[in-house]
Amino acid sequence: MANDKHIFVDASTQENAKDGMALFSELVTFLGASTKTLEKQDALINYFSLADDKDKVWVIALFSGRRPRRLVNSSLLPQWCIEIRNIPGWLFSECYGSVGDMAETIALLLPEASEETKESSLSFYIEKLVSLDKQDESIKKEFITGCWHTMNKDERFVFNKLLTGNFRIGISQKQMVNALAKTVKLEPSVIAHRISGNWDPMTTLFNELLSEHATSIDFSKPYPFYLAYALEENPGTVGDANEWQAEWKWDGIRGEIIKRNNELFVWSRGEELVTDKYPEYAMLQQKLPEGIALDGEIISLTNANATTNEFTILPFALLQTRIGRKNVTSKQLKESPVGFIAYDLLEFEGEDFRNRTLEERRNVLEKIVVGVNEPALRLSPIINFNNWDELAAIRATSRDINAEGIMLKRKSSIYQVGRKVGDWWKWKIDPLTIDAVMIYAQKGSGRRSTLYTDYTFAVKDNDKLVPFTKAYSGLTDKEFAQVDNFVKRNSLEKFGPVRTVKPELVFEIAFEGIAASNRHKSGVALRFPRIKRWRKDKPADEINTLDDLKKMLAAYGK
Amino acid sequence: MQLIEFTDKGLFCRAGNFYIDPWKPVDYAIITHAHSDHAKWGSKNYLCHTLTKPLLQARLGDNNYETLEWNESKTINSVKVSLHPAGHIIGSSQIRVEYNNEVWVASGDYKVVNDGLSGAFEPVKCNAFITESTFGLPIYCWKDQEIIFENMRNWILANKAMNKASIIIAYSLGKAQRVLKALEDFDEPIYMHGATYNMHQALLNANVYLPNINAERVTPETPKEKLKECVVIAPPGAEGSSWLKKFNPYAIGVCSGWMQVRGNVRRKNVDGAFALSDHADWNGLLQAIKETQAEKVYVTHGYQSVFSRYLNEQGIWSAEVKTEYGTEDEEVVAETAEDKKEFIDGE
Repeated sequence: MANDKHIFVDASTQENAKDGMALFSELVTFLGASTKTLEKQDALINYFSLADDKDKVWVIALFSGRRPRRLVNSSLLPQWCIEIRNIPGWLFSECYGSVGDMAETIALLLPEASEETKESSLSFYIEKLVSLDKQDESIKKEFITGCWHTMNKDERFVFNKLLTGNFRIGISQKQMVNALAKTVKLEPSVIAHRISGNWDPMTTLFNELLSEHATSIDFSKPYPFYLAYALEENPGTVGDANEWQAEWKWDGIRGEIIKRNNELFVWSRGEELVTDKYPEYAMLQQKLPEGIALDGEIISLTNANATTNEFTILPFALLQTRIGRKNVTSKQLKESPVGFIAYDLLEFEGEDFRNRTLEERRNVLEKIVVGVNEPALRLSPIINFNNWDELAAIRATSRDINAEGIMLKRKSSIYQVGRKVGDWWKWKIDPLTIDAVMIYAQKGSGRRSTLYTDYTFAVKDNDKLVPFTKAYSGLTDKEFAQVDNFVKRNSLEKFGPVRTVKPELVFEIAFEGIAASNRHKSGVALRFPRIKRWRKDKPADEINTLDDLKKMLAAYGK
Repeated sequence: MQLIEFTDKGLFCRAGNFYIDPWKPVDYAIITHAHSDHAKWGSKNYLCHTLTKPLLQARLGDNNYETLEWNESKTINSVKVSLHPAGHIIGSSQIRVEYNNEVWVASGDYKVVNDGLSGAFEPVKCNAFITESTFGLPIYCWKDQEIIFENMRNWILANKAMNKASIIIAYSLGKAQRVLKALEDFDEPIYMHGATYNMHQALLNANVYLPNINAERVTPETPKEKLKECVVIAPPGAEGSSWLKKFNPYAIGVCSGWMQVRGNVRRKNVDGAFALSDHADWNGLLQAIKETQAEKVYVTHGYQSVFSRYLNEQGIWSAEVKTEYGTEDEEVVAETAEDKKEFIDGE
């Protein structure tokens, strides 16, 4: 598929012959600037149709989190850049504070390329970097600074990204999988499956990875999730209480466990295959019957009992330590154990079960879970209630068991695809809120890199202000511009990129949970804090106090 | 006593009893250039460059205006005042002030590269130089304008190939004329938003040199057929407005020095980004300062603390000065009330 779309960020010199690194840097520049999903996909498809196979393998590896080990200490790159540009270190820091990205700061600061490029492909640069791993710092320096001299701004940026890591450039693994699917004419789920697991981009050929002639039957394929809408009103509006099944809304990540062809596959939302991340589920390959798909929650839990179906949900923070990990240590397995709370059955004995009623599906599901008889596979308990008022009272206790509220599912409903109104509702508890004053501001990163958008908030403690949380989201672009303007005009002090501002702007901060923390001055840590609204009506001396926070901690923290 | 003092109304020369770019009404105001953060309404007398006068008339209405040519001087209360090209926009001038053998220069906004429209920046030797610092970080290093223009033209052609119109967002005074320069020998019909068009006409009526382009105003009556795949120059107020609908399908591009940084491009949510600026970049600022041979450099709007610290470390005495310039600067990312008004007026 041809594609001639370009975002013109005017540093890219179009007339250059497109060698591997140039092609890749153009792709990254485009993906970084575009906000349109379809355009991004076209750009990826275009890249995959033009790039050479070796480079493609590396791009797949990079975009699926398989970056080669960091070659140089991250403080060395700025140091070399400072030497080349001959500027003081503090000035480099100011630039970094303004740009918000180390790789880009260096790319912008280095002088224009002085030599012609000799070597060109992406794989050359990466493999060369890997080969230098054991070499002296001076040899690494010579190679890296030598590369800088031959690259334009965009290429340097990409090259620096390879060196500094975190290749977050505006596409998800899912988008890449979809683009690959279009390029090699395979189902996205097949590709997601193929590029998962342990493979080494140094030794893997593109054809091995993605040949069209590999196994034609895809046993791994998940069903799309049915998603609930938020219930904003009184549940009485959805109908008669006895038509509904209530369960807790678990605070984990959505998952689907499949066993087909005697193989186990675990998918998380976003069609990411995560089987290897959760070794706790490995035994299900033996214990689950063949031809089955379970919908449920991947969640941190402990004290699970297979006989009574009792278990204790651990804070989301523990699950978080597992989500990003490909290789789990035994320490993590012990400290953040993960289980699966099953709440639906999508396939049974190889048959698609989604058109059966929830009651039917649930019935079979219960038998399966009991049959497996493993603490790590739990059944989402059904909450008994007689009327909506009773359920509302139960919902109010959600925080006690680390749940986010209640799920309502119509007993007669089939399992639909995607977010649909009518049969499934999530009835979340209201967030906790507190009024606080902004005391520090820092520039954001990425698309907010020149605006002060990251704020630290404080509560009152007698005549002192005690910082207790940061929050990054919740304001409109216009409000951010207004606050940014306030920050620039009301700075009291500057510590590197952070400005102390006049404590004047009051915001209502919403958060999902509160826990004791000795790492924070305030003694508390909040879960998912965000700005609920700007309280322009409230003067700073009427904000909440540290005592108020401590009372919340006593009531909801564990 | 400093020859020029920094007061709450603006830069004040006590010996001459006049202000330079005051932000409050004063008796006598010398104006560096016609951008709204430098040329404020309400003063009794205005002194500016000949080319700035019609622009001030267009923006501030009829007032008591006096003009000078570049390098022409005038004595005000025994202080010698002259204007020198600043290269920022049409008519933009540095103000040279001389009294008792001491020379101060207030630069207003400037760029050292000749854009072929605004006059070539002229370094003026002085004892004290008041400089802007909008892009006073070493990450700002402009490309040659011909390269940027070429990119802009290629972008337009690529849009055409996809049957899209090209909307170029540029401030009506300054940036819009530079875009015209880019499109000078480009054989495509050019349309303008009313605000851009009004400024364009004001410049033509004042006999200002402009690239020879027949630009047409977009009005509610302009048939949609005519606007297919066209090139449109529009002010920042047009971004995200419903006015753009009539050009569907279109691509939108922004011209601003801030587009040098990826984060800004992403935040703007646009299809084209051109780091075309009317301000000096880092090297431009340093070059200008060096050429003035000033013993003292006062740094105003922009990265004043960073830039001033750097100058001091380089052995050039420097201090930062707080002004209200730049608050409505043409290249400040947030949209100003002035833009909105201009946009609505032109619709």
